[in-house]
Amino acid sequence: MDMNEIKEIFFQECEEQLAELESGLLKLNDGDRDPETVNAVFRAVHSIKGGAGAFGLDDLVSFAHVFETTLDCVRSNRLDPGPEVLKVMLKSADVLADLTNAARDGGSVDEARSRQLIKELEALANGEVPQASSVAEPVAKAAPVAAAPVVNDEGFQPVAFSFDDFETDEPALMDLPTYEIVFKPKSDLYAKGNDATLLLRDLSRLGEMSIHCDMDALPALDRLSPETAYFSWKVSLKTDKGEDAIRTVFEFAEWDCDLDVSRVSGDAAPVGEELPMQPVPFDLSILDDEPAGPIGVIEEEEQLAAQQEIRNAAVAAAGTASNVLQMAQSAARAPAEKSAGAAASAAAQSAAAQQAAASAATPTIRVDLDRVDRLINLVGELVINQAMLSQSVVENDANGTSSINMGLEELQQLTREIQDSVMAIRAQPVKPVFQRMSRIVREIADMTGKSVRLITEGENTEVDKTVIDKLAEPLTHMIRNAVDHGLETPEKRLAAGKSAEGTVRLTAKHRSGRIVIELADDGAGINREKVRQKAIDNDLIAADANLSDEEIDNLIFHAGFSTADKISDISGRGVGMDVVKRSIQALGGRINISSKPGHGSVFTMSLPLTLAVLDGMVVTVANQTLVVPLTAIVETLQPEAAAIHSFGSNQRLISIRNSFCPLVDVGRILNFRASQANPVEGVALLVESEGGGQRALMVDAIQGQRQVVIKSLEANYTHVPGIAAATILGDGRVALILDVDTIVAASRGQSLKPEMSLAAAG
Amino acid sequence: MTYAAKNLTTDGRELIAFRVGDQEFCVNVMSVREIRGWTPATAMPHAPSYMLGIINLRGAVLPIVDLSARLGMKPAEPTVRHVIIVAQVKSQVVGLLVDAVSDILTITDDKIQPTPDVISSEFERSFARGVLAIEGRLICLIELESVFPQEEREAA
Repeated sequence: MDMNEIKEIFFQECEEQLAELESGLLKLNDGDRDPETVNAVFRAVHSIKGGAGAFGLDDLVSFAHVFETTLDCVRSNRLDPGPEVLKVMLKSADVLADLTNAARDGGSVDEARSRQLIKELEALANGEVPQASSVAEPVAKAAPVAAAPVVNDEGFQPVAFSFDDFETDEPALMDLPTYEIVFKPKSDLYAKGNDATLLLRDLSRLGEMSIHCDMDALPALDRLSPETAYFSWKVSLKTDKGEDAIRTVFEFAEWDCDLDVSRVSGDAAPVGEELPMQPVPFDLSILDDEPAGPIGVIEEEEQLAAQQEIRNAAVAAAGTASNVLQMAQSAARAPAEKSAGAAASAAAQSAAAQQAAASAATPTIRVDLDRVDRLINLVGELVINQAMLSQSVVENDANGTSSINMGLEELQQLTREIQDSVMAIRAQPVKPVFQRMSRIVREIADMTGKSVRLITEGENTEVDKTVIDKLAEPLTHMIRNAVDHGLETPEKRLAAGKSAEGTVRLTAKHRSGRIVIELADDGAGINREKVRQKAIDNDLIAADANLSDEEIDNLIFHAGFSTADKISDISGRGVGMDVVKRSIQALGGRINISSKPGHGSVFTMSLPLTLAVLDGMVVTVANQTLVVPLTAIVETLQPEAAAIHSFGSNQRLISIRNSFCPLVDVGRILNFRASQANPVEGVALLVESEGGGQRALMVDAIQGQRQVVIKSLEANYTHVPGIAAATILGDGRVALILDVDTIVAASRGQSLKPEMSLAAAG
Repeated sequence: MTYAAKNLTTDGRELIAFRVGDQEFCVNVMSVREIRGWTPATAMPHAPSYMLGIINLRGAVLPIVDLSARLGMKPAEPTVRHVIIVAQVKSQVVGLLVDAVSDILTITDDKIQPTPDVISSEFERSFARGVLAIEGRLICLIELESVFPQEEREAA
């Protein structure tokens, strides 16, 4: 595996972490104060920082670090994650995503924005962290102030440190056995991604601990090798957990360090005597509060720096001192990057341990999408072949040997099951797309100065990956429109008696074999008068056209239509809803709008769960076999002569339960026959087209109902108006899948052209 | 592959010759994927008259073109004796209905004579890349990209 592959994995993980981060932040935003949520958010940022450090992505690291520091304040309850704080954090999550993308694709980021956010984050962190007085002893600096960034040229901030707990040792602890642990990491320990700090922290969880860092091995700066481990730690630990528990802490590191665990008597005094310096009591709470990653790093930096200061005391003029500091820092930076990576994996370990209890994650594997697609294609072939086989068995053996027929039936069930399972591989929750939308809402809300709350529901609704991929673009357009056009400004909202904060609700659910995505806003609704006027101005409709409310609403899907008074960055360029409509249609979906003036609009998209198969009704039209998507069919009926009424020059209506429905001869529309067929000889399929109107499609006969594998016509041919795709039937012949909506549109007098027509839009 | 590539550079190129009506044509063998027998095609609505329809080629949808009609001759009436040449034209795969495939020719570029200017129609000139005289037969070298320009099919 070369570096690029590893990097690719890192970026894939970043995506997951970013999703995790965002969903966590959104949960917090909704008032969730579960520490585990905070931890999850923290871990996500931390892992990104760790990985980024390993790849030397400095921008990412420094931003993630500041972010992490602030999150840590939240984690330790020093900072209340109120709405304002979360706003900054959500923005930071966006910037972090941008930085990650920039690191992957080599793009640029808005530096001013990230600098601004760094400032805001630091302000948040500092606002709540009390600045303690300086502690002179270098060893005492083992825990830095949370706000200190890894790369801080100013030097190091002193540490708040509490000795109180140790002055008055709790009596219960006095009686516990004390262990002396000498822990001397080898450089391999760091190279393998472990971090001494984390090990020591784990150790501290076992009981009362005092710790001393032995820096005797540290050479002068000019002889210092940044890759070498110089420090060792002597720990005195009071615990009732026993030696095994202590060794377990070092389980993953024991080959890369010299570890000596020995039990000493009842209290810590002997340890202190052996040490060259008085052991410094270690405030566990502070250790716990620190960001997991950089502690070890900063610790080393500080110790180095401190030592240098002492060594150079004679020449420590202000200028040189800072030089030395910088040198010391750069020396420390190499291990810093390493241990950042180390921290990530270590954090992941502990995270895994913590999560294991909470939710046992289902194991997953990453598979190249091409392989899945290949499998799906093959299964499609299998289904066709199986159908061909059964058909030829039926043809060749009319009375049918029961064993062959039974075997065939079983085969049929199996293939169906295989097909379903394979399709399920591609099914993914819509969550990632929905999450992306929350960012878009934030950005547009910012730009427009509106206050918007996005509520998502049913984000775990699963749908085929191809559908998900293609969903993002239309959804983005629609969300933009909803916030920019749909919602009013806070002032107007208040004036209308609504809360200043607008709500956009994004819902996904399964309904009758399709996924239905609803986007509702509680804005002003569609201003029909304005839409109508605009349509007249743009020559889309005649000035005296009599349109129903629904038809007016649907005008906004027309190309070149925008009611925004001024063209903004966000929307109003006249592209938008028609693009949305087209991309939804390209997915085999339908989109509808319903709007209540003053109460908002609801866009409803209905999409197929997969683009690979569909349930269809196989029909015959003028000796051609066609497939009509079952989702479009409302009912089928046998027309009687009495129910057919001629209307106008060549229109015919069929009366169904006292209402009239236009009759559409499919064979005529598709040019399969020259004259209209006699409706009484055929079958009428009552279909619902997306405009809401019903049409009766005339076909000659119904052959049956079956699931068909969709084959693209475009791959080797071209798009054919009126035809959605092709499929292969049991006899190996190709059948065309009808595009009901265009057929219906064509029946209204529009020619069958791929371009959008007003009728198609309405 | 190496063999074919070598042929192309040193010994000229290999062409596949076929009969449409009473005329002979040839195309570069490299663009031919396979040759198969005629199977009834599913008619396409609103397709140009030379588009016979689509057939199932091992799970893929393959459009079939009546080359005779496409080249301005009288439309073919496909029978089981007809042959479909499955050819790659740019990124798409199309089936060409021809009467029969006669043979594979290996020729060098200097054997290709310029198209005689007796051919009047602009259209015919656009796809004819030259003529070959092989054993007294006249074989017209056609370029598939010109026979099926992208716009042509999109307009269809």
